[in-house]
Amino acid sequence: MSSEEDYIKLEMLARRGRWLAISTVAGSGAGHVGGPFSAMDILVALYFRVMKVDPKEPRMPDRDRFILSKGHSSIGQYSVMALRGFLPVEELKTFDKGGSRLQGHPDVTRLPGLETSTGSLGQGLSVGLGIALGARLRGEKFHTFVMIGDGELQEGMIWEALHIAPRYKLGNLTAILDWNGLQQFGWVLAINERHRGDRRDPWSGIDLRGIFEKLGWRCIEINGHDFAQIVPALEAAKASGESDQPTMVIAHTIKGKGVQFTEGKHEWHSKVATRDELRVVAQELGIEEATA
Amino acid sequence: MKALRDVFGDTLVDLGKTNPNVLVLDADLANSTKADKFAVAHPDRFLEMGIAEQNFVGVAVGLASLGFVPWLSSFTVFFTHRAIDPIRMLVAQTHANVKIGAAYAGLMTGLTGKTHQDVQDIAIMRAMPDMTVLAPADAVEGEALIRWATEFEGPVYLRLARDAAPDLFDKNYRFNPAKTITLREGTDVLMISTGPQTVRCVEAADLLAKEKLSAGVLHIPSIKPVNKDEIVSAAEKARLVVTVEEHTIYGGLGGLVAEVLSEASPRKVVRFGIEDRWGESAPNDYLLEQFQMSAPRLSERIQKLVA
Repeated sequence: MSSEEDYIKLEMLARRGRWLAISTVAGSGAGHVGGPFSAMDILVALYFRVMKVDPKEPRMPDRDRFILSKGHSSIGQYSVMALRGFLPVEELKTFDKGGSRLQGHPDVTRLPGLETSTGSLGQGLSVGLGIALGARLRGEKFHTFVMIGDGELQEGMIWEALHIAPRYKLGNLTAILDWNGLQQFGWVLAINERHRGDRRDPWSGIDLRGIFEKLGWRCIEINGHDFAQIVPALEAAKASGESDQPTMVIAHTIKGKGVQFTEGKHEWHSKVATRDELRVVAQELGIEEATA
Repeated sequence: MKALRDVFGDTLVDLGKTNPNVLVLDADLANSTKADKFAVAHPDRFLEMGIAEQNFVGVAVGLASLGFVPWLSSFTVFFTHRAIDPIRMLVAQTHANVKIGAAYAGLMTGLTGKTHQDVQDIAIMRAMPDMTVLAPADAVEGEALIRWATEFEGPVYLRLARDAAPDLFDKNYRFNPAKTITLREGTDVLMISTGPQTVRCVEAADLLAKEKLSAGVLHIPSIKPVNKDEIVSAAEKARLVVTVEEHTIYGGLGGLVAEVLSEASPRKVVRFGIEDRWGESAPNDYLLEQFQMSAPRLSERIQKLVA
């Protein structure tokens, strides 16, 4: 199979993942949509192509590690984990319900396959740093990926980790910035101001790549919705695991990506789709069962 | 008599010799907390994490996931105030095997003043599910608690005073988190205490004996979990219960004892400690006088209460 054909397969998985995410949130009556959608293509690439993971043995010692630091996008991760076989797709219906393994924010004490709990923002990169550092101390060769959001990048704790990781020369650590330019509420646009979303990008006008590079990170900048860029970037990051520099994959994304009426709309950060809206979603994503 | 911070450094050095999983993470205070002893003895397992306490809590959680036993070393206040959110979510909520070596607890912090005096930490940490909260009184107990915490699987908060306290225990001391320690039996008053304050309570009991008052002292090294039954039975032997702690009187040891007794054996509990105010930079003796926590002041206050 050519890479192009493979990427088409991944796109289909991502469409399915988006459908599972938004329909699960609708079923539970609460949850996030915009963030899971902006992260979805990267999550699919990680779980289906890049990371060494085994759904049957989620605690396999030499597995690659993934931490979703922006934990409110949990339904995106759960949906992809379900598609990959870590949990039954049917179990997604328990999301956010009492007793569920699928908590509103990822809970490592409940769901095998998670590496830590996240939800309070800005904390995941520090844990990933600790895992990567521990792997170096143990002589383990696995890779650690942490997805952070540009919203939570406003938290000071992330910058503590961004400063320390290069000091320990952790080539086995990759951060992925899901830079969708929107957060829950954010700043309103001035008249005539244009951003990719309907509110101001919190990092507009700031040379984040330059800052990361000066801190000591190797940066790869990609379109976070193009598998032809995502997969090679993540594979290159993983391949540099023995180097002396951590990698930052700066992924330019669109909040709510994949469905026209959710794209670039801050209100879809956390919103429940109506039955009519779900029909439109299913149509756009090409999900047949749901339109029936 | 040995300063608890020296006990901290020396015990970790010793543990590092036999347990290759023991790591020490420092937030740029190693020469204050005496974690620097570990840096000299085991440089490959000493991880300098810079002045960034939130991050180093998260790093410890990652290290613990690979079977390491990370000891975090910083001042109490930077754990229970600056880094409390990662401690709550990453350490306690995931039951991570992380050990929090909280130095410079309480009032006597080496002339640093109210910015560094943490007298709310017991209240904060004991309200946290999954957290074990320990406070040693002297060098012997300090070493025992550090060794116990290293073997225990799960989060531990170890409240360490900075300075030396007079020796209370001998080499036969054995720590058991399910036990409290009765140091004096007494019928007129029972002082319940934790940490180095306990020594001052024992001294106060001696002073009270001279006034023909029978004073008991109950020492509580494990604040969480705590043996409630032993608190109740000790309290029932005395006419008055007084809690004494180098901590706010809200929600700490005094709060704990009041909660336990109000449910199981309602009686008056008088809480000695810091009463809703901040401290200041000053020598230890001055602070103990200021907050009425020295042995003579404790004795006087109790005499007034039982008069």
